[in-house]
Amino acid sequence: MSDNTNQKKEALFSPKSMKLLANPMGKDNPITVQVLGICSVLAITVQLRTSLVMAISVVVVMGFANVIISLLRKTIPPRIRIIVMLTVIASLVILVDQVLKAFVYDVSRQLSVFVGLIITNCIIMGRLEAFALSNKPWPSFLDGVGNAAGYAWVLLAVGFFRELLGSGTLMGYQVIPNILYELGYENNGFMILPPMALITVGIIIWIHRYRDRDLIDIS
Amino acid sequence: MKALHNLLEKIKPQFEKGGRLEKFYRTFEAFETFLFVGGNVTKRGSHIRDAIDMKRTMFHVVIALMPVMLFGMWNVGYQHYNAIGLEVDLIDQFLFGLIRVLPLIVVSYASGLAVEFIFATIRDHEVNEGFLVSGLLIPLVIPVTTPLWMVALATIFAVIIGKEVFGGTGMNILNPALLARAFLFFAYPSYLSGEVWIYTQVQEGQALVDGFSGATPLALLASGELQYLPSAMEMFLGNIPGSIGETSTVAVLLGALVLVATGVGSLRIMLTVVAGGLFTGLLFNLFATNPFMEIPAYYHLILGGFAFGAVFMATDPVTASQTGTGKYIYGFLIGVITVLIRVVNPAYPEGMMLAILFMNVFAPLIDHYVVQANAKRRLRRLKNAQVKLS
Repeated sequence: MSDNTNQKKEALFSPKSMKLLANPMGKDNPITVQVLGICSVLAITVQLRTSLVMAISVVVVMGFANVIISLLRKTIPPRIRIIVMLTVIASLVILVDQVLKAFVYDVSRQLSVFVGLIITNCIIMGRLEAFALSNKPWPSFLDGVGNAAGYAWVLLAVGFFRELLGSGTLMGYQVIPNILYELGYENNGFMILPPMALITVGIIIWIHRYRDRDLIDIS
Repeated sequence: MKALHNLLEKIKPQFEKGGRLEKFYRTFEAFETFLFVGGNVTKRGSHIRDAIDMKRTMFHVVIALMPVMLFGMWNVGYQHYNAIGLEVDLIDQFLFGLIRVLPLIVVSYASGLAVEFIFATIRDHEVNEGFLVSGLLIPLVIPVTTPLWMVALATIFAVIIGKEVFGGTGMNILNPALLARAFLFFAYPSYLSGEVWIYTQVQEGQALVDGFSGATPLALLASGELQYLPSAMEMFLGNIPGSIGETSTVAVLLGALVLVATGVGSLRIMLTVVAGGLFTGLLFNLFATNPFMEIPAYYHLILGGFAFGAVFMATDPVTASQTGTGKYIYGFLIGVITVLIRVVNPAYPEGMMLAILFMNVFAPLIDHYVVQANAKRRLRRLKNAQVKLS
């Protein structure tokens, strides 16, 4: 994308900028369409709580990283841009990690290494490289938040079904009534295992393509 | 018969294009082909006729499964009355099993066929006979005590995720029946291991006999309680606890005879699975460090689901290797991995299911390399011939 600094000023929430926010949620979704960031979807969606914390962390890191890189875009020498991006993301991730440790310690323990691994999340690097390096801060911010939100809703959907069917709870509270258990209902242990996260993502992709026929790739 | 045919002919127009129930044409067609031979004929071009079609192929497998199923029903009753210490005659034992097993079969067929019909209607393709076999295999590889809703759930999962997402019958990577069992095994482990193999709910006035243990021979071996192990003859005949259809090696062999005689099942795969199991069993005998490694190698063939898996599951024409050499490799590795899982991994006393699913995934890769090797060999031969000519 070319740098369009010479264009005249656009309104903050013009249709064009809203598209930056909305596209990654739907037909340009990082997980269901670009199939990026799958490893964290498998690892931390056993419970809705961990999914939620992870989703918020990624939104924060990605929004700020895009703005910072966009502000620095003219001063970053192209040959070392990757290392600059990594430094920016890593600093933000450390901040997020410290906040999590201070306020939601138990969730931070469960997420363990996966907060640190946000640094290597290919969605973030991809957006920095493809968008923030060549766009103004405001569109970059929208793009970052939009992509993170696209990642987040898939994460939350998978977390919701895995916790509901795997443990019978949501956010740690039991939602499947006891009477069902007395009738012989059992929690599905398979939902807690990683393969089922992959299958759940697969089903989400299936539904997504069924509703949006343009995405079907017949090649 | 004639009346039924007339009835079908009478309601047919409603299902055809423009009819009131056009949407359900596929459902109608499925029943029509199931009851009678379809009226469609090839319209042009030369063609060779053969009586063997998918309906007949699948029916051969169902016939081959009959001895296993009937024996399984009897064994369910036999094990139950044994556990409560009652002596009843053969008929009573069989009837008891029939009452317990029939609901499982009905639920498996109903849920699986419902999914098949829905997908056939949505996608507008014919309903295949493929599920006729899977629907019977699923109840045969689970314990008799499995709750019915779990069977339905596992069947629906296997048909949708295992088969329909890949494009339906003939396109699946994994064996649907084994996938259903794997789903149950991982989703509800407490219903598929431990003391679940014998129906032990007793009526009033009955009680389990003292010292009763419902463990399968494999579980006994895994826990090292060799003194309770049934004799080799018992394990061969099959009056031991286990999944409904898998206990009797004799009944499985009868089925194998039907499969091989009709050419539906691959003898190569059956034999190489056995060879792989025996080979690994003997290998473990050489370096035996625990009782499971010391048992005679042939025990592995009559224990658990080895025979059943080798004959009915590994030979599934869709998920097995297609090439001749590939079948040898595929079968042999199934045997090897099964015994490996049984003996080395204490968490899984039985390895047949995991071994076959694992090799199902690898079958296309094996085929690829077999075909490539063949192409290379022929290319070399061609080159050599050209050199000689010039």
